[in-house]
Amino acid sequence: MAGTIESTIKQYILDEFLPGEDPNALLNSTPLISGGILDSLATLRLVAFLEEQFGIQIQAHETGIEYLNSIADITSLVQSKM
Amino acid sequence: MSNQKALFCYLDESARKMPEKIAIEEPGKGAISYQDLAALSNNVRDMLSQIGVQRGDRVGVYLHKSIDAIATFFGIMKCGAAYVPVDANAPITRNVYILKDCDVKAVVMEKSFEDRFVMEYGESEGLPYCLILDGVGCGIPLKEAIADWTHQPDQKTAQTVDPNLDDIAYILYTSGSTGKPKGVILTQQNAVSFVDWCSDAFEPNDKDRFSSHAPFHFDLSILDIYVPIKHGATLILISEDVGKDPIRLARLFSEERITIWYSTPSILSLLTQFGRMEQYDYSSLRICLFAGEVFPIKHLKALKSLLPEPSYYNLYGPTETNVCTYYPIPKQIPDNQIKPFPIGKTCSHLQSIVVDENGKPVQRGVEGELCIIGPGVTQGYWNLPDRTANAFLVDSQGMYWYKTGDIVVEEPDGNYIYIGRRDRMVKKRGYRVELGEIESVLYNHPLVKEAAVIAQFDDLHGVRVKAFLSFNEGEHGSIIGMKRYCSENLPIYMVPDLFTFMDVLPKTSTDKIDYQRLKDVG
Repeated sequence: MAGTIESTIKQYILDEFLPGEDPNALLNSTPLISGGILDSLATLRLVAFLEEQFGIQIQAHETGIEYLNSIADITSLVQSKM
Repeated sequence: MSNQKALFCYLDESARKMPEKIAIEEPGKGAISYQDLAALSNNVRDMLSQIGVQRGDRVGVYLHKSIDAIATFFGIMKCGAAYVPVDANAPITRNVYILKDCDVKAVVMEKSFEDRFVMEYGESEGLPYCLILDGVGCGIPLKEAIADWTHQPDQKTAQTVDPNLDDIAYILYTSGSTGKPKGVILTQQNAVSFVDWCSDAFEPNDKDRFSSHAPFHFDLSILDIYVPIKHGATLILISEDVGKDPIRLARLFSEERITIWYSTPSILSLLTQFGRMEQYDYSSLRICLFAGEVFPIKHLKALKSLLPEPSYYNLYGPTETNVCTYYPIPKQIPDNQIKPFPIGKTCSHLQSIVVDENGKPVQRGVEGELCIIGPGVTQGYWNLPDRTANAFLVDSQGMYWYKTGDIVVEEPDGNYIYIGRRDRMVKKRGYRVELGEIESVLYNHPLVKEAAVIAQFDDLHGVRVKAFLSFNEGEHGSIIGMKRYCSENLPIYMVPDLFTFMDVLPKTSTDKIDYQRLKDVG
């Protein structure tokens, strides 16, 4: 289950924000917000994607760096809501 | 105009007329009255005077958006000095560059920045006096720093300088094409003439509640801060966190009963798309101002259908002039309207002409570069005489017109239509981005051989910055690595959205990088 969530999120980030990147370079621990991959607009688009893809509701306070800075963090957030 | 005026006069006058009235609110945290804000700014003035700040000096402000920062601005100006606000979220190297460039006498700074600032600045270079606050919020850390200071022996009260329109009020740094930000010098006259124009155009009053969405290093903040303070209105400070989160922002906008809103179109588009605005009441809102970029008509229509009552205005102008043209959006937008609205007519305190590439005025209806003259126009860039000289057109009467770099056409009704830029500057979410500055950072990367950056617009993403790179022989880069490197050296809005790696970048017949081919690839 976690593996599917992880790979769905990873694929979305690669397609939308890192087109052309080697998929092996994006690790579950790669910093996304502090690493300049997700800016505020990209974060919003990611949140909209997660809500639609997984049928969950993400609260305003969960849209920051504490919850969304890596694929591992995002996966935990999604899992906690399913 | 008499020379006896300055931005701080607005504060002192409102404090005299309505001392108890709330001047600024930090939602959920606290507020400050006019008399307390004036007193706090006097304390800052006293402290800065004591350490030797005087008329003509510059003082850096390295603080997050807060009452503390605004009181500091007034305190600095009351010494006759200019404030230089830096982006607390930008890389520290950029901020150190800015504060060194304009040779600040002192910096008012949060403690969290102190160690890295001192390290980056290099003590050998004569560190400016650093006044350290233990964070920011509601003016409390500033009051604490003042209390500590007043316990020291030999403290004196200083006098506010006589207001003088020729004093520099602030220096705002914007992206520079040579790879370094450049400081736009704005005098008290520049600022006061603009604020007075806002009074005439929008007729604010002491019941108004203004939003302050823009960061303080951005020129939208001049209207945000000084117009409400002049009129004894209340300013609602929107924190950087809430400002970029449309869900919380939409709620705050309603709960704070904002009457005059001002932001970039990007923020209003985000609110419309993601803010879930339909659940809230915005009946207090009477004026909605936007500036900084073109508002795509689709998003403006969506906003107006959610909030049909307020008056909407499209404001236009570079930092060098602040707002120089404006256009009232009609109550009803025709269904068949697909083009963005004009940037409008010249503000009454300024004059404009449109010139061809030889600097000769063109006829109405012919495209040309918009040039502006008047009391709102900058005298130039800090410490950059050549850039300053190039920025102005001198006419046959010896008058200096600021060349905006924006190509416009004047319609038969006298409104200007914005066509595009003359150079390589783009606006991304309201921020000025010089593509050359990004290229210069990329060239500094040890693996990079060639770098070229373009910007492209599409309806889905707005403006996207695309970087094309080739690497030194035998070297390979990763997109993730390049994004991280850029985020360490540029503000986040300047980090390229997309990277393409090539063996060699395409060249023109004269061996220059062929940007047209990159646009076709991009």
